[in-house]
Amino acid sequence: MRKEVYITDYNCVTPLGFTADANWKALLEGKSGVALHKIIDNQDAFYASMIDSDKLNDEFNRFFDSAQNDMLNFTRLEKMLLLSLRPLVEKHAPSDNTAFILSTTKGNISLLKNQSELPEGVYLSKLAQKIADFFGFTTKPIVVSNACVSGVMAIAVAKNMIQAGKYKDAFVIAGDELSEFVISGFNSFQAIGSGPCKPYDKNRDGINIGEAAAAAYVTSCHSDEGRISQNEKLRFKVLGDSAVNDANHISGPSRTGDGLYASIKNAMTEANVSSKQIDFISAHGTATLYNDEMEAIAFNRMELQNVPLNSMKGYYGHCLGASGLLESIISMESAHHNTLLPSKNFEETGVTQPLNIIRENQSAAVRYILKTASGFGGCNAAVVLEKC
Amino acid sequence: MAAMQLLCWKNVKMSAMKKTNICTIEHSKITVDENIIFESPGETFQGFAKEAYKSLDLSYPKFHKMDQLSKLAFLSAETILKDEDHSRTAIVFANRSSSLDTDFKYQESINDQDNFYPSPAVFVYTLPNICVGEISIKHKMQTENAFFVLEEFDENFLNNYSEQILLSGKADKVLCGWVELYQENYKAFVYLLTL
Repeated sequence: MRKEVYITDYNCVTPLGFTADANWKALLEGKSGVALHKIIDNQDAFYASMIDSDKLNDEFNRFFDSAQNDMLNFTRLEKMLLLSLRPLVEKHAPSDNTAFILSTTKGNISLLKNQSELPEGVYLSKLAQKIADFFGFTTKPIVVSNACVSGVMAIAVAKNMIQAGKYKDAFVIAGDELSEFVISGFNSFQAIGSGPCKPYDKNRDGINIGEAAAAAYVTSCHSDEGRISQNEKLRFKVLGDSAVNDANHISGPSRTGDGLYASIKNAMTEANVSSKQIDFISAHGTATLYNDEMEAIAFNRMELQNVPLNSMKGYYGHCLGASGLLESIISMESAHHNTLLPSKNFEETGVTQPLNIIRENQSAAVRYILKTASGFGGCNAAVVLEKC
Repeated sequence: MAAMQLLCWKNVKMSAMKKTNICTIEHSKITVDENIIFESPGETFQGFAKEAYKSLDLSYPKFHKMDQLSKLAFLSAETILKDEDHSRTAIVFANRSSSLDTDFKYQESINDQDNFYPSPAVFVYTLPNICVGEISIKHKMQTENAFFVLEEFDENFLNNYSEQILLSGKADKVLCGWVELYQENYKAFVYLLTL
């Protein structure tokens, strides 16, 4: 029998708050991080979900020695990552058998501006090493960079490497920041929404980019009985995962939802959980025309159309490599508080297949969570979590 | 007790995976299972890739639209996957420089506010996993895929991860390896794994 793997702790740093608790409270009140922000000089502002830099610096200086900070000169993204990871490392000291897994798409890409040579900080492995060194991790950092499914995949990587017996436990962290690079790119695709994004809605017209960092502690039961005490507030078993490619187009979602369908199917088969048992879906829902439609097709093919579902993009925008982990964390908060959150900005259905999109805060007993994501390169990912 | 727990997580079944069809691309040379199948010295990677495409008789026009990292990964995959059925073959790749080769080119198109021309055709390649998508499309591989960025090639890590995919029954084979490229520095080391 394969080893059981659990998420027992997590944290996140977003425009809605610098702890998981603060985020949950803000979400219950229906707050959103999305607002108009000027990101590219000489261009109109974009709707995006951005962390206030002054608040971020204040929070950072509150917890980290400023002299040390001056010496190492942390970027905004690094501050977000350090803040999200700090409380977890304090509670679960890393050992020589602890994996460090970073999910990011663009890392410190802003450092590339006006450079003629590559600055060291733009290498994703250097970013990972810097964070890992700061907290004294001794294993070689692993970076998952699979476009917008990275955050969901990072949970799967932790599970699989612990099951392989290579690590006893793992810290999974995820982060991406708003940048001219990413905004200009999505804008060149005409993929950015004209207002706050409206996943699955009839009037959706594109995404809002967001920024966030998130962190989770993943551990296996057998090796770690002492550490998963009955007092742990949280315990979610990672039951199954999969990441299947559409093999259709490098920038457009599949018309048939093949890759997402297969990912969900594989993950649920591994989890030994049927469609009827899934209590809640935390979907990707970027609010582009084709993505949301593709998801609706895939969920219907899996007969998941009646399961309560939301997209968190209306609250946080699309946080790229951070989104999958952040949204998984919010789903676990939902299960923990027995409360499902509405899919923000959704009014009238705009996909051709039925979906049970959550419209208001509702209480619900959640045992099995399905989290999905899809991204450029035709990638998709799904993970099934069980509240224990 | 603590010692027993330690043993418990280390005591895993080690199944020996079979590694076949090894392709190496570096120094303007493509080597498959120790045989040099193409060589074109003294060229840029772009020129080399074009000549290799012709020599391997690939006839896949999309190749010319790919960025350099995708061309490198694609060429290595072609020598291994050929025309066989790969509907149960996963892809697990890694490199050091992510998509920085294309990132740098894209950044140049947006550095100057008076000369600001971001191109979607370039931007889409600013992710390292796009090369995996290209191979998946060519060979109709609706299969498990993953892209990692590591400081250096770590075959043990990639094989361990691949083994989990195989053991879970999500795939029968894994196209696995290292596809690194930044400007004129490149190396592909790609192989096929089975249980």
